[in-house]
Amino acid sequence: MISSDPLGAVYASRSSARVLNGVCVLLVGLAVLAIWGADLALYPVDPWQELDRIGQGLLLPRWDEPVVLLQAVGQTVAFALLAVAISVPLGLLLSMFFHRRMVRVLCASVRSVHELFWGLIFMQLYGLSATTGLLAILVPFTGVFAKVFAEMFEQQSRDPLLTLAPRLNSLKRHLYTDVPQAWPALVSYTRYRFECALRSSAILGFIGLPTLGFHLETAFKQGQYAEAGALLWAFLLLIASIRFWVRPRLIPVYLLLAVWLLPETAGFSNGGYFWQFISQDIWPVALREGDLSGALDWYGYMLSEQVWPGLVQTLLLTQIALVLTGVIILLAYPLATQSMAGTFMRWPGRFLLLVLRSTPEMMLAFVFMLLCGPSGLPAVMALALHNGGLIAFLVANASDAEYGSRLSRPDDPKGLLRYAYIETPRRFPAMLAFLFYRWEVILRESAIMGILGIATLGFYIDSAFEEIRYDRAFLLIAVTALLNVLVDSLSRRLRRLAQTEPSRQQEMSCLKME
Amino acid sequence: MSFVRRMMALVLLALPAWAQAESFVFTAIPDADESRLQQRFGKVADYLTEQLGVEVKYIPVKSYAAAITAFRNNQVQLAWFGGLSGVQARRLVPGSEALAQGYEDQFFKSYIIANTRTGLAPSDSLSDALKGKTFTFGSKGSTSGRLMPEFYLREHFGAAPEAIFGRVGFSGDHSRTIAQVQAGAYEVGAVNYAVWEKELEEGKIDPSKVTVIWTTPTYPDYQWTVRGDVDAHFGAGFKEKVRAALLEMKAPDLLASFPRQSFVPASNDDYGPIEATARAIGLLDD
Repeated sequence: MISSDPLGAVYASRSSARVLNGVCVLLVGLAVLAIWGADLALYPVDPWQELDRIGQGLLLPRWDEPVVLLQAVGQTVAFALLAVAISVPLGLLLSMFFHRRMVRVLCASVRSVHELFWGLIFMQLYGLSATTGLLAILVPFTGVFAKVFAEMFEQQSRDPLLTLAPRLNSLKRHLYTDVPQAWPALVSYTRYRFECALRSSAILGFIGLPTLGFHLETAFKQGQYAEAGALLWAFLLLIASIRFWVRPRLIPVYLLLAVWLLPETAGFSNGGYFWQFISQDIWPVALREGDLSGALDWYGYMLSEQVWPGLVQTLLLTQIALVLTGVIILLAYPLATQSMAGTFMRWPGRFLLLVLRSTPEMMLAFVFMLLCGPSGLPAVMALALHNGGLIAFLVANASDAEYGSRLSRPDDPKGLLRYAYIETPRRFPAMLAFLFYRWEVILRESAIMGILGIATLGFYIDSAFEEIRYDRAFLLIAVTALLNVLVDSLSRRLRRLAQTEPSRQQEMSCLKME
Repeated sequence: MSFVRRMMALVLLALPAWAQAESFVFTAIPDADESRLQQRFGKVADYLTEQLGVEVKYIPVKSYAAAITAFRNNQVQLAWFGGLSGVQARRLVPGSEALAQGYEDQFFKSYIIANTRTGLAPSDSLSDALKGKTFTFGSKGSTSGRLMPEFYLREHFGAAPEAIFGRVGFSGDHSRTIAQVQAGAYEVGAVNYAVWEKELEEGKIDPSKVTVIWTTPTYPDYQWTVRGDVDAHFGAGFKEKVRAALLEMKAPDLLASFPRQSFVPASNDDYGPIEATARAIGLLDD
């Protein structure tokens, strides 16, 4: 696997620790350089009145309409469950063809568009409807499933193939060798993605679907923090209790319930609009009219005024956020592990990680903006805390899965020594791999920080939708997708270079949700 | 929608939803307090059902862009738009018409507000001391929180906001703008005057921390806009019936949802200045 990669071959001769160090130094070095270029000003602020109200709202949540809350929770689950149920088989199917470049590029490009933007696109085609919500989640999720499933299959042993009749077709070979071997990993990854789908589903409320995010955004925007607190708590509870209510046997029942819970679509009859959207709306007028110089002007303007500056800001922020995420993981994961925090004391740590990964970044960013003024700083902090919380949770799970197994010895050191000499070295390659996976996600998410006045690519995409300029939105989304395909292949290379492809066992234990 | 139809919505993901039994649908985004939209505008829907003799439904949306999309897709036939979003919607749906505006919307205005620590004092004209400050608009598509303030800023300083200020943000909402300027996260902001007055009355604003430093000239803002093809779908004269029902909406609890004291007639021409302004600052293409 490594020898097929020329760069990897060079490094394969050195020790893996050295390469690992090299990659880390490179990443940190780039982040330090990015700090020079990024806009991280600090402003004097007086946020205490607002923060006091936010704190009170979180501590004393209030919600007067239990029916509305239940409905929102139900619909949040319904969208997530159905989207996962559809995207898993699609992802499995695509993962079988993942060796084809076209499939890989297709998957990377659908992944690269944020769920919110998919939502805005499908809203043009299907209006505010259940279809829009489902597609907005299941399209990017299919891309993710295809990629991760393919990587899981890649890591399986080829030996069982020898036991099969040579004339079996490839589908049967796949079903009898790769699928059974990878099954536990597939299941635990799907569970993990279900939690992600719940988050996506909630966030889609921000653009008008009737999920938790709908009310959460309104309450937060209007400064009704007691209501916002109640919704946030409801969401945390929903995520924290997944393992109690997601039971394999109940899933068919849930699926039927989910279909029943999908919101009604108000009359929507303009089906012919689909064609107009893809053939006209998303192309600049000059191009449609065959005015070549006008079209060149348009592209030139977009490139110099939006694409290039947006690209630079996005990359700078992403790089800093990536490294800060790594720092947060290293700080936070021991708090949630059995071996270092203890059987009981790990619960506060786990709770902290739950809060970090479940609070929408936009809200974290708002609070940090109150604290340090509008700049890239709150964006970086919000992205790093959110993603750091998520990966630290996976890393802590991996540690817990190993705790008390045959890998542990009675003379293992405790406390800081254990952290420095046992846990962190063992977790580090997998942690780095997850960080590389999240790179794409951070890139996508850095897009939605327009409130901070930072003109990332996503800021311009959002503006384009607000101004009903779908031609601009389409170009910018295409650029984002392209960037993501590049980052994806770069992170693949870096992973190989650092040999951080988690072994099958690590992967499985990391993804275990319990 | 029955269970079977929902099931079909799922199965036929790839197909656009189909036309349903005709009911007249409207949407509205009030300039302040977006909570409990369904309950508040449900009452307006009930009133319109009674007046128009067809079933009227309300669907809540999150942004002007979503409202315009729904209007264009014929998912809603009537909408309470802001000045700019109304112009955008009428451009996309030929034949559509502004029917009525709020009494207050005939002479709407925006405030430029500043954190008191900036030392900026209220004035009759925009002060040069604004240069280099941090500044936040409201939502990107807002007339009072973005379009008109941006127009007057450009007119006075002869430059784009990004060139006037040290930083330009979009808070997304008038209440957020006030909260951010009050907390000093942004030094200066542009806000809808009605939201400011309301929050001042409710005691959410601390006058020792944030003050109004400039008021824009007046301009037309929110209005009801209806699609041009409603007469064909709901019978001749339907559009005029809608207009009459809106103008006759007198119950205070209905009007409080918007919030407006009453509705007065309006026409597309009333919004010519808004359209010209949007063109002038490059928010609309020709």
